[in-house]
Amino acid sequence: MEEEGPLEQFRIHELIPIHFGSLNASFTNSALFMVISIAAVLLFLTLSTGARSLVPSRWQSLAEMSYGVVANAVKDNVGMEGWKYFPFIFSVFMFVLFANFIGLLPVPGKFTVTSHIIVTFGFAGLIFVGVTLIALFRHGFKFFGFFVPHGVPPYLLPLLVPIEIIGYFTRPISLSVRLAANMLAGHTMLAVFAGFVVALGVFGIAPFLFVVAVYGLEVIVAFLQAYVFVVLTCLYLSDAIHLHHE
Amino acid sequence: MTEEPQPPDLKEFSDRLRKAQGADVPDPRLSRPFAPRGMGVAFRVATELVAALVVGGGFGWLLDGWLNTRPWLFLVFLTFGFASGIITAFRAASRISAEADTPGN
Repeated sequence: MEEEGPLEQFRIHELIPIHFGSLNASFTNSALFMVISIAAVLLFLTLSTGARSLVPSRWQSLAEMSYGVVANAVKDNVGMEGWKYFPFIFSVFMFVLFANFIGLLPVPGKFTVTSHIIVTFGFAGLIFVGVTLIALFRHGFKFFGFFVPHGVPPYLLPLLVPIEIIGYFTRPISLSVRLAANMLAGHTMLAVFAGFVVALGVFGIAPFLFVVAVYGLEVIVAFLQAYVFVVLTCLYLSDAIHLHHE
Repeated sequence: MTEEPQPPDLKEFSDRLRKAQGADVPDPRLSRPFAPRGMGVAFRVATELVAALVVGGGFGWLLDGWLNTRPWLFLVFLTFGFASGIITAFRAASRISAEADTPGN
């Protein structure tokens, strides 16, 4: 590698160049780590639940816990009407969770897929469009009543309806920015302080201890952000199904 | 491979389990694996505010370009975005405090 700045870890480079005319569809390190994340999820879930014992092993109970976290999020926030969307929500959760954790591995050349806003926006945009379509198919034109708040004098509506509409379109932005910004900020901070460790020589022990502490925090954040992403997906789905605000 | 002993009867087992669970107060940690609310809420409300501003401003900017009224609609919609961010944050907060008030949480 050339220079190793704290932002170097977010650089995308082409591993297998694929070009269709002006379209660059190369297989990048980002794509590679997406494949690794999916493979890791598949391996984790198939290997850990392969035994299907009544008393779960450690791996199996990990798999059951991740199922339980998402299942409870769906049940608490959407109710049983949302159960048919559980496979999608669980897949999103596992992918984001594993991409976050794989980005934390102290391996040279590692890449955090979820630190790039286009990836998280891809998910958030898909969820936004999907949830809107669900609402439209379920409620038809009544869906647009979602933007008209109840119990408000009519002369305030020209003010409140645009606000509600902006609020609706904010969802994919805030959903994607939150995840990407958390990953970006945490990893940059880790890299900056890790750089101090070498630069300060003996006194590098202070930033070293800090990095250890922040790394612990980042592990929590990696899980938490995957969880928050899924909970908000559930809330949006709940709005689409029940058609009242959160 | 040794043959694993077959569980006696799953239905009967789950009935017994349900009876046992109903007998005493369920451990909240069991029914709710790990729900880290506080920190997630903080992240959530903060980004909600900023994102609403960006979306409101962006809407206004696009409308300005379309209607040739730059910068007025941008300013108006920036205000709408701010209001929308506050409303979203307020809704999230009131939802969370309602959850905190319900027993068993």
